[in-house]
Amino acid sequence: MKMSKNTAMTYARPILIFLIFGIVAPVLNATGVISDTTLNLWGRYFCFAIAALGIDLIWGYTGILSLCQAFFFCLGGYAVGMYMLLKTGAQGVYGSALPDFMVWNRVEQLPLFWEPFHTFTFAFILGLLVPALIALIFGYLAFRSRLKGVYFAIITQALALGIYLIFLRNETMLGGTNGLTDFKTMLGFELADPATKRGLYTIAFTALFASYFLCRAIVNSKLGRVLIAIRDSEHRLRFIGYRIASYKVFVFVIASMFGAFGGMLYVPQTGIITPGRMDVQASIEMVIWVAIGGRGTLIGPIIGAVLVNLLYSFLTGAFPGTWLYFLGLLFIGVVLFFPDGLIGLTQLKRKK
Amino acid sequence: MIFDPILLTVQNLRVSFDGFVALDIREFVLHDRELRVVIGPNGAGKTTFLDVLCGKTKPDRGSARFDKFDLTHMSEDAIVKAGVGRKFQTPSVFTSLSVYENLMLALKTDRNVLFSLFSRLSDKNRDRIHAVAEQTGLTDHLHAPAASLSHGQKQWLEIAMVILQDPELFLIDEPAAGMTDEETVKTGEILQRLTMNHAIIVIEHNMEFVRQIARTVTVLHEGKVLVEGPMEQVQNDPRVIECYLGKHPETA
Repeated sequence: MKMSKNTAMTYARPILIFLIFGIVAPVLNATGVISDTTLNLWGRYFCFAIAALGIDLIWGYTGILSLCQAFFFCLGGYAVGMYMLLKTGAQGVYGSALPDFMVWNRVEQLPLFWEPFHTFTFAFILGLLVPALIALIFGYLAFRSRLKGVYFAIITQALALGIYLIFLRNETMLGGTNGLTDFKTMLGFELADPATKRGLYTIAFTALFASYFLCRAIVNSKLGRVLIAIRDSEHRLRFIGYRIASYKVFVFVIASMFGAFGGMLYVPQTGIITPGRMDVQASIEMVIWVAIGGRGTLIGPIIGAVLVNLLYSFLTGAFPGTWLYFLGLLFIGVVLFFPDGLIGLTQLKRKK
Repeated sequence: MIFDPILLTVQNLRVSFDGFVALDIREFVLHDRELRVVIGPNGAGKTTFLDVLCGKTKPDRGSARFDKFDLTHMSEDAIVKAGVGRKFQTPSVFTSLSVYENLMLALKTDRNVLFSLFSRLSDKNRDRIHAVAEQTGLTDHLHAPAASLSHGQKQWLEIAMVILQDPELFLIDEPAAGMTDEETVKTGEILQRLTMNHAIIVIEHNMEFVRQIARTVTVLHEGKVLVEGPMEQVQNDPRVIECYLGKHPETA
């Protein structure tokens, strides 16, 4: 009896959340109660939340601080951006089949690496595969030589910074500082159409919902226990016979793919992706979302990502220029007073 | 009086740290199902010896033959797979996990990533966890967080985890450290039961405990094997008494 009630409870909450964000909110938008801008903003927050889940797996559960999640986020974003820009085709400002920035740079032929991005399927696959491959190679090299703690964090930051600088250059053929923009359609749908925006929002939320359950399956498997054991005592686990490096590479790859997935869903909703999204600060901010929401829980990073970004939207409107101070204070406050984040607070209350 | 085939042969093993020779063992032989206690004053190289056998420290030279393997050239996980399990001096269990989860991780199963992701615990393995928990007195604490265990219980959990790895050779570093007298006796019983099927090397300082479990004792001193033999003989050996700086071994 008690059991079935518990089961009902475990299903009731997710269903309710799905109803509210996945169905009621878009319907309210269609009927004009929720503005397009608000819905679009929340759609973007959900993309950030997906990337935050990735950070939570590697940092919250496994205890490895990675400072390049925003870089993976952008790789996904650029992949989809490249696809959409090619679909813009001759509708661009210069009426050329090439993206506008190539016209400015007097490029006459589409660079070879752009070719696969004519097809959505390839763009999607590459958007996930390229980050995963980079994480695999980089993770293998770093973890095999037992790089850890702050050293790993610094080297991921260096990686993110290095690639950021490469993306800034015009020679990279990814739009330089201005990034990619002027997208018109996605799979034939007009991006400017409110119905498309609503669809993108709904997809983003559904993707977050699915990502949450995927992460939950990972965390609840034996592998999840191994990850926590790495966080607790990597040294001990090694002498139980686990190859720690393989597990770390695995979680780094999975985290990178969640980052990229978030980025893919993000770019169609913002209509622009620039290297600014992957600078050093961007990755640190993502870590802060997770810290504020509560690492080592799966709902924590989602709440953190949404809440911090809501605050950002509010504060940049109300008190422009104060955001970084505010974020810094918030971070210090959480670390000092609520090391388990907002979720930790609610659990503390429940224990009492 | 010796019985079973040889399980471990260590020869000319030498370990140095920045020129300081921590271990220099000409020969050390362990038979199957033997329980060997290694004693010696602080800095004698006891823990270093176990570190070499479990792959934590690589020696300058020498070999440690175990079955068809040479442990000195293997990675930590390969050594575990070959059948050597290690319990460290200070208990370092996984504190965020429950006792049960700690035991589950130690179970002798495939250790690769995909297996961990998709495997489900079989009934047989579940029973095994329960049986080992029973044997080490942890049954009532299976679902408690490992962090909540007393010091003695953590030591038992460590031992239980090594048992679940089902090694042929147990390397056990100070199992009775920090235990009450009662717990110490119980630990001795656990080890004695294990030695019916396994070979064990135990490092211990507590002489009372050594007397309870030991048959053959190896005394290390300044990295070398000083004396080896039955407990009574070793205890009265003048060289042993001297290396403990004239102190009675009781207080060492």
